[in-house]
Amino acid sequence: MILLRLAQQSLRNRWLTALLTVLAIAVSVMLLLGVEKVRTGAKASFANTISGTDLVVGARSGSIQLLLYSVFRIGNATNNMTWRSYQAIQARPEVAWSVPLSLGDSHRGFRVLGTTPDYFKHYKYRRDRSLTLDQGQVFDDLFDAVIGADVARDLGYKVGDAIVVAHGAGRIGIQKHDDKPFRVSGVLAKTGTPVDRTVHVSLQAIEAVHLNWKNGAPQPGRNLSAGAVRRLALQPKAITAALIGVTSKIRMFKLQRYINTYRSEPLSAILPGLTLYELWALVGTAETALFVVSFMVVVTAILGMVTMILATLGERRREIAILRSVGAGPVTVIGMLVSEAVMLCTAGVLLGLAATYALLYALRPLIDDWYGLHLGIEPPATHEWLVLLGIVVAGGLAGLLPALRAYKQSLADGMMVKS
Amino acid sequence: MTLLSEQTTAAPVIEVSDMAFSWPGPERYGISIDQFSLVKGSRTLLLGPSGSGKSTFLSLLCGIATPKRGTIRLLGTDITKLTNGGRDRFRAEHIGIIFQMFNLLPYGSVVDNVLLPLSFAHQRRQRAEAAGTADSEAIRLLRELGLSETQCQSQAAALSVGQQQRVAVARALIGAPEIIVADEPTSALDKERQAGFLDLLFEQVAQSKSTLVMVSHDETLAARFDQVLQLTDIVEIDGQRATEKGSA
Repeated sequence: MILLRLAQQSLRNRWLTALLTVLAIAVSVMLLLGVEKVRTGAKASFANTISGTDLVVGARSGSIQLLLYSVFRIGNATNNMTWRSYQAIQARPEVAWSVPLSLGDSHRGFRVLGTTPDYFKHYKYRRDRSLTLDQGQVFDDLFDAVIGADVARDLGYKVGDAIVVAHGAGRIGIQKHDDKPFRVSGVLAKTGTPVDRTVHVSLQAIEAVHLNWKNGAPQPGRNLSAGAVRRLALQPKAITAALIGVTSKIRMFKLQRYINTYRSEPLSAILPGLTLYELWALVGTAETALFVVSFMVVVTAILGMVTMILATLGERRREIAILRSVGAGPVTVIGMLVSEAVMLCTAGVLLGLAATYALLYALRPLIDDWYGLHLGIEPPATHEWLVLLGIVVAGGLAGLLPALRAYKQSLADGMMVKS
Repeated sequence: MTLLSEQTTAAPVIEVSDMAFSWPGPERYGISIDQFSLVKGSRTLLLGPSGSGKSTFLSLLCGIATPKRGTIRLLGTDITKLTNGGRDRFRAEHIGIIFQMFNLLPYGSVVDNVLLPLSFAHQRRQRAEAAGTADSEAIRLLRELGLSETQCQSQAAALSVGQQQRVAVARALIGAPEIIVADEPTSALDKERQAGFLDLLFEQVAQSKSTLVMVSHDETLAARFDQVLQLTDIVEIDGQRATEKGSA
């Protein structure tokens, strides 16, 4: 007990160097945990973006590409699928529900999605959450638009505002559908998914704004007024993709096979969860690189601690000689220095842990705003605890180096206690 | 200068014979001792100037250094035959050491400094606790050595050099080890305090019936001891650069 108390007092006597060492370890632990949090947060954020959808169908393409452009609004579709194919799939007995998606237009940098009111019923995120409206209602007029939370906040829109949709997905649309302005009918609650950054309109509206267009450009002299358009029966000829729910999971693969071997046009049906796994495999290298970097920072911090202990050995020669004179053996001398390393590492790990969560708590809303990344605040997972334990153990082992050196030194010193 | 072993038939507490030692390193500085012994309860002053191998001799006597040949028999045990750990335990149990200065862990409390050896010595702890707790025994010793109650609880670094040396005496004596080894304990004190310090030391050593070995270069202390030996008569210096290595 006395030895433990003296070891603590010895450490307190060198509090400034000890504190700096603890801080270095804490910062490295923060980096390690932070990278881990962002990594798992990004994964969870991706995985949470789409739930309850069994299949995503689109024109034949890579499965990752299809998932990225249809659900995450990243990149563009190379091809559309015809409305006829969509209807054929929709009519299959395995299909419980389906929602068509039509992309390609934008509004001041935000993607415009043409869909049906069913989208708001069937689209699920974070396991089982449905979209809810903060204000207004789902579109019922042809030129109604339902906007995501970020769109409303960034552009300061509220229900009743008029917006103009631009052709193409660029931030500055050159061709504007300004002859047919939309009216904001509803604003969705924040979801932490790409839905927040989307302007939703009806499928018919997408058709309507492109009525007088051909080959991606307006045809002069063929313009119909918004009022005239309303009287037409608008039937889309093509959509970008479709979300599908099946009646039973067992029949999902049968439906997938049907779609993938569809005769009239080449189509792809993907399982969102499985495709996400493929995506992780793809970005796995970057993840590993990130982990290696943060791991090296931890190693640096531990090396710093060993340097600190080695540097103080000179002034602690006397302390060790006194301990040796009262009968302390190698186990005590080495144990004292190793336990000091363990104490420093433990303090560093705990401080780093606390700081990570404090920072996470403080920065979460900002990260959510800036990157649309929703980080969960959960207690460390088992593997994180193991990594933290590993740091303490590694610190203790690293502490053996100065400890053995100190003991060797004390043997050479003999009874000569130097000032 | 007669060796005590020739004088008396009492069982020797310390018995060194045919011993040789050298420090590691290129200088190969070392010492050798043919014969040296001390009887129980004696108070011996070893006189020697710098470079006479004092510190080396004490390191060997306390089992901190090990000779390359010969025997060092303490209380009947040849400590050269013990393992390193065994020597450490033997030292903790049977020897109290007082250094020239810097005896204490400066950040620890005075009482903790005194109690330190008991962590390594079971029998000494039992003896120290015979009349109560180890704490009370430490405080009793410190009080008898002239420290106040508040000084007992203060940080060791807060005490004066003289007071620190008295704390070192208390630490060496707690649990009454058989042998007390002191390496110039008075050299950091001025003349008046030296006498007072020795009085206290002798008084406590007598109480615990310990054998005292003290080395010094100060011949004026000689009158107070049972016997005075010249180190140069006992220790033979081997190798070069002796003055440098042995002066510490």
